[in-house]
Amino acid sequence: MKTKSSENNAITKAIGGKEGLVALVVLAVLLLVVLPLFLSVFRLNLTGKYLSYAFVAVGLVMCWGYGGILSLGQGLFFGLGGYSMAMFLKLEASDPESTKIQTTPGIPDFMDWNQVTELPTFWIPFKSLPATLALVVVLPIVFSYLLSVFYFRGRVGPVVFAILTQSMVACLWYVIVGNQGYFGGINGMTDLKTLAGWDIRTEEAQRTLYFVCVGLLLVSILVCRWILATRLGRVLVAQRDKEERVRFSGYNISSFRIFIFCVAAVISSIGGALFTLQVGFMSPNLIGVVPSIDMVIFAAVGGRLSLYGAVYGTLLVTLAKSLFSESYPNLWMFFYGSLFIVIVILLPKGLAGLYQDYLRPWGAKLIDFRKRRVPVQKETVTSQEGKA
Amino acid sequence: MGEYTFQEIYSIIVMQSFGGVSLACIYVLMGLGLFIVFGQMGVINMAHAEFLVIGSYTMCLVSKFIAENAPGLLNYYFIFAIALAFVIAFGVGYLVEWALISRLYSRPLDTLLATWGLSLVMQQCFRTFIGAREMSATLPSWLMGSWAITDTIEVPLNGILLLGLTIALTASLIIFLKKTRLGLRMRATTQNREMSGALGINTKRTDRLTFAIACGTSGIAGAFFTTIASTSPTAGTAYIVDAYLVLVVGGLGSLAGLFVASGFLALLSSILEFFMAGSIAKVWLYVIIFAVLTKFTKGLFSERIRS
Repeated sequence: MKTKSSENNAITKAIGGKEGLVALVVLAVLLLVVLPLFLSVFRLNLTGKYLSYAFVAVGLVMCWGYGGILSLGQGLFFGLGGYSMAMFLKLEASDPESTKIQTTPGIPDFMDWNQVTELPTFWIPFKSLPATLALVVVLPIVFSYLLSVFYFRGRVGPVVFAILTQSMVACLWYVIVGNQGYFGGINGMTDLKTLAGWDIRTEEAQRTLYFVCVGLLLVSILVCRWILATRLGRVLVAQRDKEERVRFSGYNISSFRIFIFCVAAVISSIGGALFTLQVGFMSPNLIGVVPSIDMVIFAAVGGRLSLYGAVYGTLLVTLAKSLFSESYPNLWMFFYGSLFIVIVILLPKGLAGLYQDYLRPWGAKLIDFRKRRVPVQKETVTSQEGKA
Repeated sequence: MGEYTFQEIYSIIVMQSFGGVSLACIYVLMGLGLFIVFGQMGVINMAHAEFLVIGSYTMCLVSKFIAENAPGLLNYYFIFAIALAFVIAFGVGYLVEWALISRLYSRPLDTLLATWGLSLVMQQCFRTFIGAREMSATLPSWLMGSWAITDTIEVPLNGILLLGLTIALTASLIIFLKKTRLGLRMRATTQNREMSGALGINTKRTDRLTFAIACGTSGIAGAFFTTIASTSPTAGTAYIVDAYLVLVVGGLGSLAGLFVASGFLALLSSILEFFMAGSIAKVWLYVIIFAVLTKFTKGLFSERIRS
């Protein structure tokens, strides 16, 4: 039961005090002002592509960091969103006019190549934009619910669940690759051109999409912070740390787990849809087993308990990857592999942990020095420490 | 069906099921090392498949070396190469446990990430130091060809050898676990760490040896794989998902479960692959597994393991 004041406080809660506000403003200024000012549209678009992975990382912070459920299959949900959007764009790009050289005009080219002569029934909803947007949200909820409800109710352990999610994403990969006529197979869906008549390949569109992407990312982060600030968030952390105790206190743990898994899935799916819009294609190799684990490392580098950190982590790792992997492919793999090990052993809290343990005390000291007598607010430090 | 005689259909069934048996052997071999590491110790080692690849590479390199330097020995190098595969994988496993796993026993999900990083590093090592191309072992001449049981039934010799080797490896693993002093200590440690420590077992050392032996076992398994398939730096990634699924379906910590699950999955996938294309068969295989696991969330044969 919510009181009126707590509802009014939703936004304040989501922002989370002075420190949360600073973190939000810093990230927003960086993404909305600094980067668009200094980067060319090409690089901005690239950043937007990386930021769509940040959605997945944010989702992972929720379900892995706070819920204790490691999912190695977030690519599945990223792919659901990405493919939903790609199917809509593909249908729009294959109007009878531009596909008249095909045996069956009006269906996507890969269907025509694979002797599919009629649009499959499950493609029909993707003819309308509102339906597609709804499916980007609904599909991951349905899938994540179905794929987790039995296992959480059956008290599958976190490790086994991680393995299951990995097999799930492998399964999706085989579904796409095996059904070339329905999903474009290993080549994915290419030649996506317009969104409801709006050409997404122009610089103007890419710039706009970047801002949409950043906006949605910040909103997702705030929603997640709000969830964590409610009592639901408390139970979530509690069941992660003391499963039995929460269970004996009368909570139905599995429904909390299903909930947070769905939240992560929806956020990832939105990221996937934005990825397709900004990059202009979708392929199974972007969402397979290996990319899904890459997404986990984004969250781990940023700090599995920090929603803002997840964004920085994603940007850093993807940036490093694009800088080094082409010029030094061999060295990069050594470095990338070691990154997993180093983060886990030396920096389990990721970059956010570095900030919390070193930068903030130092900054606090600095402020303390300036203000002389005003003591550092101890409250903020201790309240965060409990989570580590 | 009209053009087949009953005799021919019978032969097809026999040969198909032998193919299924070979697949089951592969599942068992993949699962044996995992059974110890994951099923018993509760450590999730994503680099498991790379230990299989180590074994495969040892076999390939030894056969290459022998073929170049002492072609006369080509028929006998097998045993030596298998022993070497065990030793190398054991050594690497020992190092890995010391450097990495021992720090992470209390954090299973973190172990998962760290060992994934390890697997990337190991793959890159294979690529850099051995070569990115696929490699296969020069098999001894007595392994070529097949055994004609009747006029129409032929089973490949390497499949028979694989079956034999799988049985031998499993049997020796069981004997080791159940009949030797070290095996006893391993079982004690995995069942109750504190009590074992109190009774004077050096649990840290036991953990290290257990992990290394599991890796060695995988090395041997990988060496066996060369009899039927070639190997490449990333060959491991193809195994890892299936290997874990077999174990999960079987129920962690149950060797019997491992066999039943291997047989079940092999049977299922050979039936499915008979009716549909490879990747669609794989999809249905996974879907069936997920469905089975919704009912048997602890696997088909569940036993209590250390939590």
